Amino acid sequence: MQIFGVFNRLALQGFGGVLAVAQRELVERQRWMTPAQFLELLSLGQVLPGPNIVNMALMIGERFLGWRGAVAALAGLMLAPLLIVLLLAALYRHTMDQPMVAGALRGMGAVAAGLVIATALKLVGALRSNPMGRTTCALFALLTFAAIGVLRWPMAGVVLGLGAAAVALAWARIGR
Amino acid sequence: MNELLFGTHGLDAGVLTSLFLHFGVLSLLAIGGAITTAPDMQRYVVGEHGWLSDAQFTASVAIAQAAPGPNVLFVAVVGWNIAGLAGVAATLTGSLLPSATLALAASRFGDARRKSRGMRAFTAGMAPLTLGLLFATGWILTEPVRNSPGAMLLLPFTVLMLLKTRISPIWLVAVGAAVGALGWAG
Repeated sequence: MQIFGVFNRLALQGFGGVLAVAQRELVERQRWMTPAQFLELLSLGQVLPGPNIVNMALMIGERFLGWRGAVAALAGLMLAPLLIVLLLAALYRHTMDQPMVAGALRGMGAVAAGLVIATALKLVGALRSNPMGRTTCALFALLTFAAIGVLRWPMAGVVLGLGAAAVALAWARIGR
Repeated sequence: MNELLFGTHGLDAGVLTSLFLHFGVLSLLAIGGAITTAPDMQRYVVGEHGWLSDAQFTASVAIAQAAPGPNVLFVAVVGWNIAGLAGVAATLTGSLLPSATLALAASRFGDARRKSRGMRAFTAGMAPLTLGLLFATGWILTEPVRNSPGAMLLLPFTVLMLLKTRISPIWLVAVGAAVGALGWAG
C-alpha cells in the first residue's frame, strides 16, 4: 500500500515526464535508495525496451515485495494519471469543434514537439564517451532520423537492421 | 454511451487485435522510452489504416503531455480516440505487457552481466539510434502545424526554455495552449 501511495504521488506531480520527480521522491524523501542505486536502476531501465519509468517502478516494487510490489508500483504510477488523461481526452472530443480548443491543442502540439527535441538535444552530450566515436554516432542518428522521420519506413526493420550494425561496430571497437 | 465504450470505429475485434499486436511489437522496440515509437504508431494508425488524422494523433500526444503521469499514457489516448475504452485496453496492455515481462525477467537475472562486453556493445550501439528516434518523433509531431509560422516559433522557444532554464514543462505546455487558443497557431 505504501508502494502504491509513493508511486501515485510521484506520478501525479510529473508533468511532461516523471523522472525528475522520481529522483526527488525515491532518493531524497523516502530514502528507499542511494543516488548511485537510482542511477543504476535508471540505466537498466533505459537499456530495456519500454517506458523507462514504468520499468523502474516494476523493478523497485519487485525488489521490495516480489510480484505484488511490482503490481502495486505499476498501479500507483498509472491508475490516477490514466483516469485524468482519459477525462481530458473525453472533454476534448466534445469541444474539439470549437476553434479555441482546436487552436490550443495545435499550440500544445508544437510545444510537445519542442519538448521531445529538447530532450534529445540534452542527451547528445552522452554520446561523447561512446566507443564508436562522435562521427559514427552522428551518422547512425542521422540515418535513423531519415529512415523513420523522413522516409517513414517501418520501425521494426530500421531498428533491427541499423541496430545490429551499430551494436556489431560497438562490439568491435570495445574489444580493440 | 456506445461511443464512450467503443469509440468511432466500434467494437471491431480485428481492429483491437491489430492494435494490441502492433503496439506489443513496438513495446519491445521502444529502446529509449515509449515516445520513440510515436513515429511508427503514427505511420500505422494514420498513414496505413486512417483510423486517426494527423491532427488527432498529435492532439493525443499533446493531451497526454498536458496531464500528469508517465508519457506512455499517450498510447492510451490514441487507443481511446480509435476505439474507446476497449481501444485503451488494447493499446495499453499491448504497450506494457511485453516490456514489463522483460523488465521483471531482467531484474531477476540481476545486473551480473552489465559490465560484460555484449551488454556494453548493446548500450553503446543503440544510443545513437535512440537519439535519431527522438528527433524523428519531434519532427513528426510538428506535421499538423508546419505551415503555421506562429506554431513553428513555439518550437525553438520551447527548446530554448527547456535547455536554458529550469522551468517546469507544464508552463511551456500552458504557453502553447494560450498561444493556440488566441488563434496564433492556426
